[in-house]
Amino acid sequence: MRLAEQPRELLDRTQPVSVLFRGSPVPAFAGDSIGSALYGAGQRVFSRSFKYHRPRGLLCCSGHCANCMMTVDGVPNVRVCVEPVRNGVRVEPQNVRGSLENDLMAVTDKVGGPFTPVGFYYRTMIRPRRLWPLYEKFLRNAAGLGAVDKHAGRTRRFDTENRQVDTLVIGGGTAGLAAAREAASRGEHVVLVDEGPEPVAGQPCEVLAPARAIGIYEGNLVPVDAGPTLVRFRAGRIVVATGALEQPLLFPGNDLVGVMLPGGVRRLVDLWSLRPGKRAVVIAADEGSLGIVDELARGGTEVARVVDLRSERLGRIVARGRRGHLVRVELDGERIDCDLLVASGGRQPAYSLLAQVGARVEYDANRGIFVPTDLPEGIEAVGAVTGDVGDAAVPAATYNGAGTKGKCFACICEDVTDKDVKRAIAEGFDSIELAKRYTTVTMGPCQGKLCHLPSIRLYARETEAPEAEIGTTTARPPWTPVSLGVLAGRPHEPAKRTSMHHRHKDLGAKVMWTGAWRRPHSYGDPPAEAKAVHDSLGVIDVSTLGKLIVRGPDAAAFLERLYPNRYGDMKADRIRYGVLGTDGGRIMDDGTIARLDEDTFYVTTTSTGADTVIEWFEWWNAVWHLDVDVTNVTGALAAVNVAGPNARELMRRLTDLDVSNEALSYLDARRTHVAGAPTLILRIGFVGELGYELHFPSPFGVHVLDAILEQGADLGVRPFGLEPQRILRLEKQHILVGQDTDSESNALSASMPWIVKWDKDDFVGKWSLEQVRERGIYERLVGFELADAIPGVPLEGGQVVIGGRPGGRITSARWSPELGRVIGMAWVPPALARDGAEFAIKMNGGVEKARVRLSPFFDPEGGHLRS
Amino acid sequence: MSFLLPCPNCGPRDVNEFAYQGEVTTRPKESPTLRELTSYLYFRRNVAGVQREWWYHRHGCQAWFQAERDTRTNEVLLTELPRAPEGEGAPGAGATPAVGENPAV
Repeated sequence: MRLAEQPRELLDRTQPVSVLFRGSPVPAFAGDSIGSALYGAGQRVFSRSFKYHRPRGLLCCSGHCANCMMTVDGVPNVRVCVEPVRNGVRVEPQNVRGSLENDLMAVTDKVGGPFTPVGFYYRTMIRPRRLWPLYEKFLRNAAGLGAVDKHAGRTRRFDTENRQVDTLVIGGGTAGLAAAREAASRGEHVVLVDEGPEPVAGQPCEVLAPARAIGIYEGNLVPVDAGPTLVRFRAGRIVVATGALEQPLLFPGNDLVGVMLPGGVRRLVDLWSLRPGKRAVVIAADEGSLGIVDELARGGTEVARVVDLRSERLGRIVARGRRGHLVRVELDGERIDCDLLVASGGRQPAYSLLAQVGARVEYDANRGIFVPTDLPEGIEAVGAVTGDVGDAAVPAATYNGAGTKGKCFACICEDVTDKDVKRAIAEGFDSIELAKRYTTVTMGPCQGKLCHLPSIRLYARETEAPEAEIGTTTARPPWTPVSLGVLAGRPHEPAKRTSMHHRHKDLGAKVMWTGAWRRPHSYGDPPAEAKAVHDSLGVIDVSTLGKLIVRGPDAAAFLERLYPNRYGDMKADRIRYGVLGTDGGRIMDDGTIARLDEDTFYVTTTSTGADTVIEWFEWWNAVWHLDVDVTNVTGALAAVNVAGPNARELMRRLTDLDVSNEALSYLDARRTHVAGAPTLILRIGFVGELGYELHFPSPFGVHVLDAILEQGADLGVRPFGLEPQRILRLEKQHILVGQDTDSESNALSASMPWIVKWDKDDFVGKWSLEQVRERGIYERLVGFELADAIPGVPLEGGQVVIGGRPGGRITSARWSPELGRVIGMAWVPPALARDGAEFAIKMNGGVEKARVRLSPFFDPEGGHLRS
Repeated sequence: MSFLLPCPNCGPRDVNEFAYQGEVTTRPKESPTLRELTSYLYFRRNVAGVQREWWYHRHGCQAWFQAERDTRTNEVLLTELPRAPEGEGAPGAGATPAVGENPAV
């Protein structure tokens, strides 16, 4: 079955492996490709063609054409001719009904011809329109490639790697290797990319193989598909050594199983020690292709006839088949029985990557090939890709004499025949770009590697225009088919967890996403958790708050320029609320600012705003050059908020500091130790009760939380999550930036005019706010409550209805167990911004009445906060 | 878009490491008219040619810097850290280049 050991063979005959083809084991050796293993086992039909479902076999054996695409381990469209075997790999044919040998859909080849000419889907199956879904379903099933298994889980991971090199060499042939060696000898960092499967070993540079350059992009960026990894090379210099591609000849039956390109046959014999056929005919246009005669002899194939197109002019070639397999070749009437026809129309430089970066492509009429010229700076070409392919005969556009039956394919991937091309021209598609789009020639998986030149030759003959005038179609990436996974890379779902995260889970937390943070939504009972804060004591993890230290002689001046209110007059150990705005006056974030000493401020931001705020601070100071440093300590510090009537008693137990209301008043800040941990205490009250926000080094997280739960056990302490926090803050009408405000909100419309200090010389947003003050606001953020008896809670984002028309929107709404009614916040016309004003909101399938309330629903005087 | 941008601190790096923040604009000196204010906030020159612009090395040294880039070719002619304002800068003083309306996101 296998030949004797060949000098360049890749097989390790000591290592037998097994391929599962359609469920049956096929023997192979390590070093085989799946394709060579199947070929060795006698498989000749590898696929069914795109449109006519004709049997197709190995053609190029280089991973270029679509003839050997199968589904491998659930992955569709794998070119098995170059896919290495793995023991137990599952291989299934695709795009067939029945088997490869008996595909029921092959009927389209027999009778479909007259009904499915080029572009038939543009003209037929249009009426009746309502049947299109049916037509489409049929077409999609009939034509096409492999199917993606929608139910398959993620089976593979893909990664992206970014690299910079001095020189990137694409192609590991003789010329590419020489270029790589030469660059390496100059001490450059060189990477050589080769598509394999032949090894490129022992080089003085890094070799990436098997791998394929997808394209060349702006700035010498070359993404390389290296299996599970997309390597994005940024190269100082790119050497393109992609060689040349053997071109098929056009004659009736040129797609039969048994018609191969010389390179394919060479690989079967040399790399995998396979006998390519019993009796062969060779037709070649250049010296290199004629050399295949030696391989055939070594492979034990009888060579019945050799045609050198340079000296022998053929008028007509016909390949005859039986059940899709080649049985006979007719050369100008001379009949030769054979099962292998090695045919090549010469080699075309693989210039596509060069054309992508702007190289000009010229037609060389003497050799009938397109050659790249005028390479841009930083790009070089060596070897056959430059046009160095030797002398060759220019083959005829087609070899089908008049009246010959049988299909002659210009594009094997897309099943486009010479007749289709002629018809497109007759229909008026008189530019090669238009004809390409209409016929889809060159648009299949080979991306024109095997059909670009033949189709231009055919086009030239039919339009009687020279090839040079017709030109080529535009080369675009990707040059080789790429799986979407490679482009998508590894799915990144970063999650941030606080240092207390696992204790929350122990406590039964229901965890939710807030931005990239994972936070407790609640510990099972939001109303009860909210009630504990009002009645006794609650604790919530607020480590997610952004925390910045702003330090320097200009720190106070810096904050005064950024925020609309004052900081210069603050005493040390005091806290102020701040709303950060843009120069357009829009609210971007909010938080508290504590002055620790003359030069140091501790700034908190919203949980999702930390990065934005620090960038904002740095940006402005890049202009101002104030003497101030901003340090992000968000991850370094953890924080909890303990709140409730029993909070002071708890603090008394946890710290030696005097925490009496006189010594540590509302909006005081103090640095001390709490439960042994160095802590900054901020006495603030987002949730409306007496509260202390404790900021301490993250590693103390679990320790401090445990101490609070232990010391507070008899005080009725209960951990609470985000949901109860949202109820509690709504009772106080404390806004959530991004929830209650949007990109149009400003401090005046958000009902915080008191925060703007108009007498300051300047601050970011001052002028815009002055304009707003002058022209008035269009809407205002107000609190509202529903009349007691209304069931349900309105949707956040729901409509405010005024006079039967949309007149505003609800931003927050919750049932408050403490108040026993539904409360919320909404944007309404300014005329409604007065206590007791009524408006309608859309809910419960109709509208319900809501009443405006401008002051906090709970504890409007703030007695609880200050107690 | 795919080119290398020389960060003044880190040297040439892939452009994906940076955040682009638009043209360098000039903040009005004091109490601008509505027209001056809106053109500062919302109007950009949008040149086809060399433009001075803001970049932030977000996935690197986290420095803000300015570049001169040809918007037609993405050729970067120059990058530098912003210069200190001339003279003692009261807020908004001098022809200080300043950032625009959009927050640094």
